[in-house]
Amino acid sequence: MKGILNVRGVARRFETPGREPTVALEATDLDVAENDFVTILGPSGCGKSTLLRIVAGLDHPSAGEVLLDGRRIAAPGADRGMVFQSYTLFPWLNVLDNVCFGLRERGMPRAEQLDLANAFLAKVGLDGFAQHYPKQLSGGMQQRVAIARALANGPRILLMDEPFGALDHQTRELMQELLLGIWEAEKKTVLFVTHDIDEAAFIGSRVVVMSARPGRIKVDLAVPFAHPRHYSLKTEPRFAALKAELTAQLRAEVIAAQVAQPALT
Amino acid sequence: MKPLTAVEPGTRLLLGVGFFVLFVAFWSAMTFGGVVSKTFLADPLTMLASGWNLLVEQGFMKDIGMTVWRVLGGFLIAVVIALPLGVAMGAYKPIEAMFEPFVSFARYLPASAFIPLLILWAGIGEAQKLAVIFIGSFFQLVLMFAVTVGNTRRDLVEAAYTLGASHRSLVRRVLIPGAGPEIAETLRMVLGWAWTYVIVAELIGASSGIGHMITDSQALLATDQIIFGIIVIGLIGLVSDFAFKALNRWLFPWAQLGR
Repeated sequence: MKGILNVRGVARRFETPGREPTVALEATDLDVAENDFVTILGPSGCGKSTLLRIVAGLDHPSAGEVLLDGRRIAAPGADRGMVFQSYTLFPWLNVLDNVCFGLRERGMPRAEQLDLANAFLAKVGLDGFAQHYPKQLSGGMQQRVAIARALANGPRILLMDEPFGALDHQTRELMQELLLGIWEAEKKTVLFVTHDIDEAAFIGSRVVVMSARPGRIKVDLAVPFAHPRHYSLKTEPRFAALKAELTAQLRAEVIAAQVAQPALT
Repeated sequence: MKPLTAVEPGTRLLLGVGFFVLFVAFWSAMTFGGVVSKTFLADPLTMLASGWNLLVEQGFMKDIGMTVWRVLGGFLIAVVIALPLGVAMGAYKPIEAMFEPFVSFARYLPASAFIPLLILWAGIGEAQKLAVIFIGSFFQLVLMFAVTVGNTRRDLVEAAYTLGASHRSLVRRVLIPGAGPEIAETLRMVLGWAWTYVIVAELIGASSGIGHMITDSQALLATDQIIFGIIVIGLIGLVSDFAFKALNRWLFPWAQLGR
């Protein structure tokens, strides 16, 4: 068995009484190696978020299983940190206490919690905002805190469900660079879901393209660009070439999805 | 006028006070102008004079104190029991399934209709007054607490679980603190309703309290005293409302952000 995360024949059906069950995810296999940065790219409704939620333990597969370090996943846990698309900082806690949330849960002494939380806030460039409440921060800053909160917990793998999906384009690009910088420095294992081709190609070491509903893995590509990556990479011909290939793959799926479910588009 | 546009604080105060002035002016016109007979409605000045008389000569302060004590006492007992039950119902669906139908039924039982029964069971003492307030507020509180806790944002719940929260600490560290401001707002609203029940409770079988004074005044056709009593209740309600709002702002500064 290779990799720290193994997805084995995971499928997900949603049952609706009196109707054919919806197959959100067809039997899927995926292995993620330690320190790998895997981006999952796919059209809306292809089951990529479902797959991530199953890995997180927030949803249950109809068939198959997910193994982390060889152990079967049954419920959410601190070993799989998650950053959501929606802003999920606890509004009643200030930034510092949000980052401390998981640490306190583990019973870590307060002084250690604060040291660790402050260190991670510095890594996302928010050391001056420890006492702010989430509502006092912009969307991009809130997501940076969410990343710090997930990382401070020291997870084996970081799961990210379109974390920059609600941000404007410029903020989004800065966040990609920030995340990439952190990954290059910390060497975390990341599973990152997105529908943005640029994003998937720029931050991922490996891009997995999923097909339209029922979702399944269609293409699995290694991204050949060396680290550290500079944002100017996005303007280079080799980036454009990779993007062109991913675009072609994804377009076929989006069109297929529209033909299959015209009512939903 | 442009819909939903904010009004300046000065104008706001002026408009708010203005309507009170208008109201009193209309009342004065009706009474001093002789449109309404004194037997049915006292004029504002007579009302103030007899109010002063009530407070200074007839020990009305004691009545006010009794009424406030009853409202707060009955309300507090209701809150102490309703809070854990409501939170448990909001957090745990089997508990909600068990109690919700009964509580939904019980909250439509009019508290005032229980008064004859309560007199039979608890006499005409303080226990009966507290029981009326309790019945009037308890079921409302439970249901509103349960709904508030049950409406906790699911993505916050999921975030807490992925950070390693146990089921217990989810309740303690996410459901309860997140529901805090709404719970405080519920307390403020239901306390207002409790005021209406206490007067009803005091109209029947009481020897003190604002409601008792109003019943006594009815026998004497003292509309001036009745109106004064009503206004006192209104003022106390207004003050407690302001106090509650200030307390909530102080307790939950984060909930005020971005409003």
